Amino acid sequence: MTIYLPIAEMSVDVFLILMMGGGVGFLSGLFGVGGGFLMTPLLIFMGITPAVAVATEANQIVAASVSGVLAHMRRRNVDFKMGAVLTAGGFAGSGVGVWIFTFLREIGQVDLLVQLSYVLFLGIVGFLMLFESARAILRSRSGTATRGKLHQHTWLHGLPFKMRFRRSRLYISALLPLGIGFFVGILAAIMGVGGGFLMVPAMIYLLGMPTSVVVGTSLFQIIFVTANVTFLQAVNNQTVDVVLALLLLTGAVIGAQLGTKASGKLRGEELRGLLALMVLGVCAKIGIDLIKTPEDIYSISETPGFGL
Amino acid sequence: MTGAITGHAALRAALLVAAALVLLQIPADAARDDALAIDLSEDLIGISTSFSGADVLLFGATEGVGDVVVVIRSPDSQVIVRRKDRVAGIWVNAEELVFDDAPGFYHIAASAPLDDLLPQPVLDANQIGTDHIAFSPHFPLTVEQENAFREALVRNKRRSGLYTDGLERVDFRGNRLFRTRVALPANVPTGDYRVTVYLVDDREIIGTSQSTLQVRKVGFEAKITEFAFEQAPIYGLIAIVIALIAGWFAGFVFRKV
Repeated sequence: MTIYLPIAEMSVDVFLILMMGGGVGFLSGLFGVGGGFLMTPLLIFMGITPAVAVATEANQIVAASVSGVLAHMRRRNVDFKMGAVLTAGGFAGSGVGVWIFTFLREIGQVDLLVQLSYVLFLGIVGFLMLFESARAILRSRSGTATRGKLHQHTWLHGLPFKMRFRRSRLYISALLPLGIGFFVGILAAIMGVGGGFLMVPAMIYLLGMPTSVVVGTSLFQIIFVTANVTFLQAVNNQTVDVVLALLLLTGAVIGAQLGTKASGKLRGEELRGLLALMVLGVCAKIGIDLIKTPEDIYSISETPGFGL
Repeated sequence: MTGAITGHAALRAALLVAAALVLLQIPADAARDDALAIDLSEDLIGISTSFSGADVLLFGATEGVGDVVVVIRSPDSQVIVRRKDRVAGIWVNAEELVFDDAPGFYHIAASAPLDDLLPQPVLDANQIGTDHIAFSPHFPLTVEQENAFREALVRNKRRSGLYTDGLERVDFRGNRLFRTRVALPANVPTGDYRVTVYLVDDREIIGTSQSTLQVRKVGFEAKITEFAFEQAPIYGLIAIVIALIAGWFAGFVFRKV
């Protein structure tokens, strides 16, 4: 069964889209990432223009994140205070990111920037998480695990404007989550994703939040960031395809619920290891595409800029 | 597509009758313009939710002299062609050329190989054949570079099924009635397509006939697109609200499970 997408202006297989939404939704519930870094390249691969893929994907992530957050709220795994601070930073950051994006589009090198940011950040984040989780798994297997401090104290803890985040069991400077939100917001706008795959490790390793709270809190702030992107894309570019979004999110909201259930069955380090492998897989795919000789070195597009 | 196929046989019979009637009305001493009569099985292709491409039948009649060339092109639009170069081991978009007037869709069919029918200058002048479409570059390059970009544009359009290779046939029934099938893929651009049929004899165009084929979104598809462009902020807000409700609904349903 096929359906014609009004904004994307092409016909697609309904079941294929539902399955894609479900699969990516499952991962988003499992890991607390929006799944944009997987879905956006998939949609583009199907022949949907990058502009429509990025904008529609943002709309879909809103639904998946709401569904995921509700599931995590029932487990009391959302730190709303932390989420609000991250969101504040994220809004400012995505504003700056959109400005950088526009500037690079004008000088004609936005494609390269997007691809290189994917390879660079997915690579770094993936490797760090893989090593860390592998070490944690090995340590717990050998049975010599010793309960140490919750986190290391560094100069970061000497910053002013200290705030207490009860759910995360943290007493840290508000500048820290604000700064992380800002930085992730910039990258999210440039890469056209929610930024969960950056936010999750940042919350674990930089803020020292417990993994259980990280996923729900990350999803909570992704709702706001992606809702903002959806609105801006709809107003500026008219590239949000509600029919495509509806199909994707129907699959995604169900997948996200199943994913959240599954996440309770996995240990924190195993969860992080799996996410790391997936992140590295996407990183490798984009990296190889950059290196291998394209079938046709010429490409055509109707709109300036973009082309993942 | 299935609807178009089932209706095909009945349509064909009806069209042949119609074409025969057209033919009968042409007086023996008709003026040159009347030497060629054409019609389309449909004047309007409506893109609805179930649209997955469409077939249009073009049929017509000649006075029994000459070959027929059919050209169908959609409105022109701007297309950017980019070339990748390898820089430090990775493929980077290097040079680009913007063409201001590339047809979004271009279909050509003929009753004999094009090169046998008309000389190159005539093909160029009338933009008959994908190799003869006049693309005007936004800024000038050397002739070789420009040709490489031009060929790349046609190659990419062919790959996505929007330009035909020029292999499509116009079939004659007897020596007066002719017809050809035009397959519009699911990714066709919307707009008023110009349909031009050339009557060719002795390497010269001896008559032309024109028609218009409208391709546009209808019903739900048209309403969504209109809404997205004319009420953009409200459209954006509704998209977000739909996502919120869908997410909340799924969360609500699964709480019971």
